[in-house]
Amino acid sequence: MFNPFAKKSAETAPAHVEEKKTAPVPVEEQSTSWTQRLKNGLAKTRQQLGGQLSALFGGGKIDEDIYEELETILLTSDVGINATQHLLAQLRARVKRQDLQDTHALKGALRETLLELLSPLQQPLNVKTHQPFVMMIVGVNGAGKTTTIGKLAKRLQAEGNSVLIAAGDTFRAAAREQLQVWGDRNDVHVVASESGDPAAVIYDAVNSAMAKKIEVVIADTAGRLPTQLHLMDEIKKVQRVIDKALPGAPHEILLVLDANTGQNAVNQLKAFHDALGVTGLVLTKLDGTAKGGVIAAIAHLSQQSARQIPVRFIGVGESIDDLRPFDAAAFVDALLDD
Amino acid sequence: MLENLTGRLQGVIKNLRGQARLTEENISDAMREVRMALLEADVALPVVKDFIARVKERANGREVLQSLTPGQAVIEVVNDELTELMGKANVGLNLAAVPPVVILMAGLQGAGKTTTSGKLAKLLKEQKKKVLLASADVYRPAAITQLQTLAKQLEIDCFDSNPQQKPLDIAAQVMEQARKSYYDVVIFDTAGRLAIDEAMMAEIKDLHTFLKPTETLFVVDAMQGQDAVNTAKAFGETLPLTGVIVTKLDGDARGGAALSVRHVTGKPIKFIGVSEKVDGLEPFHPDRMAGRILGMGDVLSLIEQAHKNVDMAEAQKVAEKLKSGAKFDLEDFKAQMLQMRKMGGMSALMDKMPAQMAGMAQKVNMDDAEKSMRRIEGIINSMTPLERRKPELIKATRKQRIAAGSGVQVQDVNRLLKQFEETQKMMKMFSKGGMAKMMRGLGGMMGGKLPGM
Repeated sequence: MFNPFAKKSAETAPAHVEEKKTAPVPVEEQSTSWTQRLKNGLAKTRQQLGGQLSALFGGGKIDEDIYEELETILLTSDVGINATQHLLAQLRARVKRQDLQDTHALKGALRETLLELLSPLQQPLNVKTHQPFVMMIVGVNGAGKTTTIGKLAKRLQAEGNSVLIAAGDTFRAAAREQLQVWGDRNDVHVVASESGDPAAVIYDAVNSAMAKKIEVVIADTAGRLPTQLHLMDEIKKVQRVIDKALPGAPHEILLVLDANTGQNAVNQLKAFHDALGVTGLVLTKLDGTAKGGVIAAIAHLSQQSARQIPVRFIGVGESIDDLRPFDAAAFVDALLDD
Repeated sequence: MLENLTGRLQGVIKNLRGQARLTEENISDAMREVRMALLEADVALPVVKDFIARVKERANGREVLQSLTPGQAVIEVVNDELTELMGKANVGLNLAAVPPVVILMAGLQGAGKTTTSGKLAKLLKEQKKKVLLASADVYRPAAITQLQTLAKQLEIDCFDSNPQQKPLDIAAQVMEQARKSYYDVVIFDTAGRLAIDEAMMAEIKDLHTFLKPTETLFVVDAMQGQDAVNTAKAFGETLPLTGVIVTKLDGDARGGAALSVRHVTGKPIKFIGVSEKVDGLEPFHPDRMAGRILGMGDVLSLIEQAHKNVDMAEAQKVAEKLKSGAKFDLEDFKAQMLQMRKMGGMSALMDKMPAQMAGMAQKVNMDDAEKSMRRIEGIINSMTPLERRKPELIKATRKQRIAAGSGVQVQDVNRLLKQFEETQKMMKMFSKGGMAKMMRGLGGMMGGKLPGM
């Protein structure tokens, strides 16, 4: 039933085999402008969301059907029921206030509404506040923590910081090796130990960073589901131990969220925030067909609870340069523009 | 798992049950709630629409409106449709081919393919199969090492893939080794890939063509959102999938993906991942999952777990009791608690208990829950055998005696009795309604056949 898709991959199949040869090692791509990159990364999202939207915003009167259609689109983008209803209410209010008549104007109003919701989340990460600046990376299994750390280390290094990675995922098989490969690629030292206690590994890393006057420590942790209470306790302990090594640390606790995640992302944020006090988010895998609309759900939640947890970075591709600071305007534009 | 969806639907059910007469209007109201609950649970919108339409149609039909307990009948319909949505019965692995039988794993990045490959290998090893694990993930750093480490832990052979090689070459070598060393099953793990990454999709297609797997399993994360359907669709079009494995269902994800994926691919969900541990892979039973979602508890899986961990006689006793719902008394209540403790993993067990009991445990943390379980045990121990069989006897003075005997307040005794009453009600409901069907299955199981695949 989904012929267009199948056909496409069949037609282009022979070409891929050729391309594949270069794929194994992520090569740095020619530097396109970052908006372009984000747009490329979000291309599919835009096709889905934007395509539907431009059909919707093609002109004509604003009526109930339009709102219903919009609700469907938002819901299928993982915006979630509460945030969707909030957005639509805001949109309706805006339409009434500004006396908008046709659907062209509605698009502008939607952009502003989305922007209003998302721009408070745009606060870049500043690692200059402390030295060493200790970051702890947390999240559920398979969210992309280790890959994000690789990209982040590269990025911070390019900005002129010395970086140390602590391989705190002592649970999953070969997590340490995975980090080590990332470290070798970018010439970043990785502190690891054969087995054992994540807190101890990270403690050593922080001490080593202080001794060597390294500026940023990125601590990996094992993926955990918030329902595993003993693991949540364990990570609290890791945090306490870091504080012991360097009072006041960790300075940043980054929660890594998979853009494919649905409304459970909200639960994840709640749980990790309750346990640790999350200070920033990273949204990964935005290059898939996932729409990352759950950001809006999160923004809506933080609006209500007055605890703004900014989105520090988004991951829009597999190569090492594809981790970018979150830019609300660009994000919304990429979603709505064709 | 699934508590949130369960909680929502419970509310709907409670309301419906309270209705003496069902009108089109209150069915509509209820369906609106169901729609919200399903959407919040990340069930894909088209699937939700379909589902609601079918339930509505049936709920307005004669079987429901003429039923003596229309509320109950609607719940039956929802239960039926949920089961239908997830596939009718458990479908096991198909290993009926000339060995080595190949199982190909596919899915997005981070879905849990490698971990699941290991778990699956362990399951098959327990069935006395000679299993070879192999990884063709030459992209993610240390992915091959991950599978090798896992294999070593499980004492299962793992092909020594070289990340410099092309996946197709690896596949050729793996098959050669498998044939030479007479392996029964080869589990072939692949790199995570996006459905829109055409090059990668072409690669797995080539792998599939070469390996001719008997099973091509799509691994999907239970936490996936609305996009799950698109991904599943795209994979389903590139590869002739034979089944689905839903992972990370032990989180608090609402499992909407599980509901959608089956609907979209038309392929059965064969297993679910319910724990980080290597034995945390369970066969998937749609009927039981539907019960779980509706908060009726998954007593069957609970009993199966008992089969595995507690002695047979004990399990049978509980099952017998449960079968005759009315007779469910405080002894059984206590026995249940005891078993739970024997079987470890409180949270895993709570998933399978009726919602009221699970809800009671949800409010407190697990340590407190353990404590309160011990307390409940203490209270029940302070009752006479007669009181345990006929809790309705327990009035003011008896309560005071029991409270003093177990060192608690009268309120605690009251609370326990209330909880028990709710559980008993639940059990009664089973024996009248959906449970009857489940129990027929149970009869077969008790006949000695081992549960599972």
